[in-house]
Amino acid sequence: MSSTPVNPAENPVGAFKDQLKSAYDHNPNEAHDTHDHHHQDEEAKVTLGFWIYLMSDCLIFATLFATFAVLKDATAGGPNGRELFDLGFVAIETSLLLLSSLTFGLSMISMQNNKLNGVLGWLAVTGLLGLGFMGMEIYEFNHLIHEGAGPDRSAFLSAFFTLVGTHGLHVTSGLIWMGVMFVHLFRRGITPANRIRMMELSLFWHFLDIIWIGVFSIVYLMGAA
Amino acid sequence: MHIPDKPTLHPAKDPHTELADHHAVDKLNHGDAHGHDHGAGHASVKDYLIGFSLSVILTAIPFVLTMLKLMPASTLVPVILILGVIQIVVHLRYFLHMNSSSSQVWNNLAFIFTAIIVGILIIGSLWVMTHLNHNMAPGMMSGGGLG
Repeated sequence: MSSTPVNPAENPVGAFKDQLKSAYDHNPNEAHDTHDHHHQDEEAKVTLGFWIYLMSDCLIFATLFATFAVLKDATAGGPNGRELFDLGFVAIETSLLLLSSLTFGLSMISMQNNKLNGVLGWLAVTGLLGLGFMGMEIYEFNHLIHEGAGPDRSAFLSAFFTLVGTHGLHVTSGLIWMGVMFVHLFRRGITPANRIRMMELSLFWHFLDIIWIGVFSIVYLMGAA
Repeated sequence: MHIPDKPTLHPAKDPHTELADHHAVDKLNHGDAHGHDHGAGHASVKDYLIGFSLSVILTAIPFVLTMLKLMPASTLVPVILILGVIQIVVHLRYFLHMNSSSSQVWNNLAFIFTAIIVGILIIGSLWVMTHLNHNMAPGMMSGGGLG
């Protein structure tokens, strides 16, 4: 730990924080084998908690999917999916997101091998692919609204914008999280705490790709079928 | 990553010394069986490449079928749905590293519970709303129900 320890007599809270930090954020390379074992138990516990969050997020998306499925024919005389969606465009969006799942996987592999540059490099590629995806989605939304097919046009379009937009918001949060992750990794390297953060971020990112499978199947492909 | 049970205000004390004992007990109980398969996050390049290749195939098929209009909608829709479900399973297996090992039992239970709720929510909504549309008074059905 680079900072000087806080004197417990002067600042008990600071001293306790310091102690927690040194316990939580110490460099694994200094630790011997026994600690790694303990970290794994801790990792399993923390990732279970994050997993339960993802499952509850799943329920949000299930609700939005159900809403969309019920309202998909309620076009109120406006355009339907077959007239609006460009499948080639969606195919590119899909490949960006799928590719980003692979590159995130490679970042995790680099982390397992304790290669910080690999982690940062693949994470950067993942982030760029994610940005590309969001750029395309924003372009699509903008295009639809200018064509007069905004969320206020029909129940179908309200459901479409809510479902796809919620996914987009999640991807945006994932991108912000990646930026924060960069700072963590730059400052401390591959510590046990950063390992757990990366594991959670990878679960989150892969989870968003799974939701996208539902989106392109149910919204775009079935809409055009 | 050990957070002491009773926080003591002595930063000089090494928090790892008491860990060693805890670990000795742990080792007696578990042996070295933990190894690599420890919940989500641990995987190999091979896993990711298999998952990625399968996903590319499973994504390309429904896109090509739909874009080239190779089959009528009545067969296309179930094909899209089935391929989508298979791809979700591929992602869970190869990207999120779900498996049936004992260390994952709680993850899997939470997942099964969620899958049941998601099924009830989506199928139930569709079921109720289609019946509602069918039973609507004539003349209110134009525009496909809720339009």
